[in-house]
Amino acid sequence: MLALEKRPNPSRFWLYATPVVAVALTMVAGGVMFAILGKNPFEVVRTIFWVPLFGEFAWYLRGQLLVKAGPLILIAVGLSLGFRAGIWNIGAEGQYIMGAIFGAAVGLAVFPTENRLIFPVMILAGLFGGWIWAMIPAILKTRFNTNEILVSLMLVYVAQTILAMASTNFLRNPEGSGFPGSRNFSSYPAASNPELIAGTGIHWGVVTAVFVVVAAHVLLQRHLLGFQIKLAGQAPRAARFHGVSPNRLVVLCMGVSGALAGVAGLFEVTGPAGQISIDFNVGYGFTAIIVAFLGRLNPVGILFAGLLMALTYIGGEMAATNLGLPSAAIQAFQGMLLFFLLAVDVMTNYRIRFAAMGAR
Amino acid sequence: MLRRTLLATAAAGLGLMATAAASAAAGMDHVKACFVYVGPIGDGGWTFQHHQGALAVKEAYGDKVEVQWQESVPEGADAERVLTQMALGGCNIIFTTSFGYMDATNAVAAKFPNVMFEHATGYKREHPNVSTYNARFYEGRAVVGTIAGRMTKTNKIGYIASFPIPEVIMGINSYYLHAKKVNPDVQLSVVWAFTWFDPAKEADAAKALIDQGVDVITAHTDSTAPLAELAKTPGLVGFGQASDMEAYKPLPRVSSIIDNWAPYYVKRVGELLDGTYAQTDAWEGIAGGEVKIGEITDAVPPEVKAEAEALRDAIAAGTYHPFTGPINKQDGTPWLAEGQVAPDGDLLGMNFFVEGITGAIPN
Repeated sequence: MLALEKRPNPSRFWLYATPVVAVALTMVAGGVMFAILGKNPFEVVRTIFWVPLFGEFAWYLRGQLLVKAGPLILIAVGLSLGFRAGIWNIGAEGQYIMGAIFGAAVGLAVFPTENRLIFPVMILAGLFGGWIWAMIPAILKTRFNTNEILVSLMLVYVAQTILAMASTNFLRNPEGSGFPGSRNFSSYPAASNPELIAGTGIHWGVVTAVFVVVAAHVLLQRHLLGFQIKLAGQAPRAARFHGVSPNRLVVLCMGVSGALAGVAGLFEVTGPAGQISIDFNVGYGFTAIIVAFLGRLNPVGILFAGLLMALTYIGGEMAATNLGLPSAAIQAFQGMLLFFLLAVDVMTNYRIRFAAMGAR
Repeated sequence: MLRRTLLATAAAGLGLMATAAASAAAGMDHVKACFVYVGPIGDGGWTFQHHQGALAVKEAYGDKVEVQWQESVPEGADAERVLTQMALGGCNIIFTTSFGYMDATNAVAAKFPNVMFEHATGYKREHPNVSTYNARFYEGRAVVGTIAGRMTKTNKIGYIASFPIPEVIMGINSYYLHAKKVNPDVQLSVVWAFTWFDPAKEADAAKALIDQGVDVITAHTDSTAPLAELAKTPGLVGFGQASDMEAYKPLPRVSSIIDNWAPYYVKRVGELLDGTYAQTDAWEGIAGGEVKIGEITDAVPPEVKAEAEALRDAIAAGTYHPFTGPINKQDGTPWLAEGQVAPDGDLLGMNFFVEGITGAIPN
C-alpha cells in the first residue's frame, strides 16, 4: 500500500526538484498524447523546447521569448508576494487591462505632443490604473471582509467591458473611419515602447521585469517587510504576535501586484500590441498565476518559469504550424504542466511510505 | 525525417524569396500556402470554411503545394509573431483570415516583400505584396432577411452582431431592409457580442433576444451556439452562418449563408504557380460563387422559398442590388435616391444604420 506521511519540515530537495520533475513528466505524458494524435512525439517535444532556442530561426524567436515572458514575469512576481502571504489576487488580468487603459489614455490625451516626459508619466498612469483596480478587492476585504479571490476575479469581466468601451468609444482612433481600436502607438514616438535593440525583443517592459525580479529578491531576503510577508503566509498567528497588521499586508500586496500588472499592460499596449483594441488582453494575467507557482513563488524561479512558459507558447505555435497539431493539443500540454507541478508538489510536504497491507 | 523535409522546403522557400521578383513573373514549381485562423477549425462556421478552402487548394494542386495553418491566433501582438514565423518558415503566400489581422499583416508584409499576403475583409494594402479579399455577404443577408420577414410571427427579428465594423453593419442593414420589404411591421433588435467566437457569449446573446420575444435570429459570429439555443424552443427560426450548419435542419436552421473561399484560394495559389499573380482587392458575391445560400428547408412555406430563391437568382444575374434606393439613413437623411445603387465605397465604409432600425451603433 502507498501511504502519504507528512514531513516534519518541507523537503528542500523536492522544493527545487519539483519543477524539473514536473517538466519531465509533462514531456512524457504530452508525448503520449502527441503519439495518440499520430505525430512523432520526439519531433513535437523537440519542436516545442529546442527549435525556438537553437533552431534555424532562433535569432528571431529568442527575442520573441522575451516579449512573451516579460509581462508574465512582471505580473507573476507581484502575485507571488501576495500568494506567499496568503492573499489571493486572481484578477491580475483586469489590473493589466486597466493599467493599459489608464496609461494609453494619458498618452492619447496629449497626442501628438512630443515630449520626453510623456512616456514616464504614462508608466506612472499604468501603475496607478492597476493599483486602483486592485484596491477595490483590497479595501472590500479589509473593510467588509469580502473574499478577494471572487472580487478580484469578477473585476476582470468589468475591466473587459471597459476595454470594449475604450476601443469603440472614448479611446477610439478618430482617424480610423469608425473601426474599433485606438491610434497605434508605433506611429507616436513620444508614447511608444519600441524594441530597444533591434531584433532582441527587449523593450522597457522586459528591462522592468528583470529589475522587479531583483528588487523582489532583495525584499524577500533582506527586508523586514519580506520577512513579514513570508511569516504571514506560514504562521499567521505568529505574524500577528510579531506585530504584522494583516490589513496593512493585504493593501500592500494587492497594491503591489495590481501596480505591476498594470504597468505590464502599459508596456504591452505601447509596445508589442501597439493599440487598445477589444481583444487586447490575451490571458497574461491568468497564465502568470501558473508562472508564479511554477517558479515556486520565488522571484528568481519566476524568471525561469516565465521563460519556460513563453517557450511552450512559441514552441507550441511552431509545432502547431509546422507539424499540423491542433491548438487545443498545445493548450492541453500547457495544462499538464500545471497539473504535474501541483501533483509532484505533494512530495515537498509529504513522503510516500510503502507499507504492507494491514501492517499498521 | 519530417523535420528534414520541412527544412528542405523552408530552404527552398527562402531561395524563392531571394529571387521572388523574377520567379513571381516566371511562376513557381512549388508553393507553400499558409493560413492564419482566428478560431478553432472545429468552430463549424467561419474558420471551418476557410479551412475547407485551404484543403481545396491541396486537392487542386496536389504535390505542387504544401498547406500549413495555425488555429486560434489572437488578433494583435501574437498575430505578428505567427506571421513572421510563417514567412521565415518559407511560406510563399499567407492568407490572414480575420479583420483584426490587418495591421499585423501589413507590418509583416513590409519585412518580407517577396512573400505574398492576402488579408480577408480588410481595407489596408500598404505594400505591393498585400492583397485583400472579401465576399459580398450582404447579398446573402438580403435572402435570409426576406425569409426572416416572412417567417416571424411576433414581428420581432434579432441579429447577433460581433463588432461595429462596416462589414457587420452592412449585413444588419441588408437583413433589415429585406425583412421590412416583405413585412412592414417587422422590428429588429441587435445585440453586440464583441467577439467572433465565444459560444457561451453567443448563446447568452441569443437567449437575451428570445427573452425579448424575438423568434427569428441571424448571427454574425462564428459558432453554432445561437442555433443550439434556438433549438431549445420549438418553432424558433435561425440561419446557418458562414457554414451550412446542416445539423440544425430543418428547424431552427431554415437556410444558411455559406462562405465559399475555395474558388478564390485555388485561383490565387494557381496564379502564383503559373506566374500571373498580381495585387488585388477582390469582392465577389453570389454570382462568383463566394457566397452561397444553403438549402431552404421544408419548414419554410413553398411560396416564401420561391420568393427567396427568386431574389437570390436576381442578385446572381445582376438584375437586382440589395442596396437600391430610395434608402434613408437612420436619422432620416437621404442616402440613396430612387433607383440609385450603393457605390462599393459607401458599403465598405458603412458606419450608419438605415432608417427604421432602432438602437445605436456603439461608438
